[in-house]
Amino acid sequence: MSLYAVQKFLYELNRDERVQAGYHADRHAALEPFELTAEETRALVEPDIGLLYHLGVNGQILMHFAALHQIEWADYLRLMREGIEQHGPVREGVYAITGYAGVDAAESGDEA
Amino acid sequence: MSLVFAGVCPHAPGITGRKHLADPELRDAFYAAFDDMRQRLEATEPDVLVVIAAEHFANFFMNNMPSFAIGMADHYEGPIEDPGWIGIDRTRVPGDRKLSERFITQVMQGSDVAYAEEWKFDHGIMVPLHFLTPRFDLPVIPVNINCQGPPLTPLHRAWNFGESIRAAADAMPERIAVIGTGGISHWPATPDSGKINEPWDRDFLDRWTRNDREALLDFDDLTLYTDAGQGGFEIRTFIAVSAAAKGATGTVHFYAPIPIFAVGCTIATYDLTG
Repeated sequence: MSLYAVQKFLYELNRDERVQAGYHADRHAALEPFELTAEETRALVEPDIGLLYHLGVNGQILMHFAALHQIEWADYLRLMREGIEQHGPVREGVYAITGYAGVDAAESGDEA
Repeated sequence: MSLVFAGVCPHAPGITGRKHLADPELRDAFYAAFDDMRQRLEATEPDVLVVIAAEHFANFFMNNMPSFAIGMADHYEGPIEDPGWIGIDRTRVPGDRKLSERFITQVMQGSDVAYAEEWKFDHGIMVPLHFLTPRFDLPVIPVNINCQGPPLTPLHRAWNFGESIRAAADAMPERIAVIGTGGISHWPATPDSGKINEPWDRDFLDRWTRNDREALLDFDDLTLYTDAGQGGFEIRTFIAVSAAAKGATGTVHFYAPIPIFAVGCTIATYDLTG
């Protein structure tokens, strides 16, 4: 588990077009400099938005990764919800402070 | 001179990026309030606009996260986000390195800050500028308070920082405007995006307009997270503006929860003429 490394890669990807070009050309090679588990590598290569959210990636970083993959906003929200349903509460990071309250807690969670 | 303008506004990227999905009547009323804020700002004839924002890992990361950072460059670039996604064209925003340096030197007399000679603006600054300086013709001093990567800047330190900003403004000859951007309650970019705690927002705005230091600082991060979401951490920018306003009372010109924008949209200013 190395949430820091996952987020560090996404931070660099989000702000550097050269890193984006490298990721598009060879995703595994782009991830090589980062100490990632097999699970984290898989989530970043596929990409698996739901798993990344479950691992604790901050949404302020994750939403740009989703946009990079042309994932629409409504689908981005859905994929995170499915990730929680499939894998359980957020493991680490800012959202693990109190645990994820569940989609029902979102009074207007039907945002498109 | 001193501080000539102090206000707060939201910065959620959906405000521009998802405008086509919002209720047109509500959206246009909010946009009109933003434009009214622009006119209020322009009427004070500021020489520079200090934007106290909550940055979102565009420049600062957990390898070296400052509690406070201030930009010090002649120009900045933004938005860092995809222009199509955020609905704002990428542009060069003017700064003023020498003015920033004088400002930072003064702020440092009261608060410890990091300075940055390069800064890529994200939505935290670009969305407000899109409405408030649409021609990008007013020099900007970007300011960041760590509202994202715990451990976060303590609220009372955000207040002290606002006091340092005011002391700096008082010591400089320029006409200085300051805005805080972000908040209030929201759960941005999470499965709960769109959730807004309106009663909590209105209570907070009551504290903000009264400029009640004790009430504004009467939160801890756990209850903030529970009641106002991780986006609620951004009240630090509002609190800094309150302190900078130095006892002035405020007016909420517009407030409405707009879930598709993922935030309660607030336009508020302090009356600095009293």
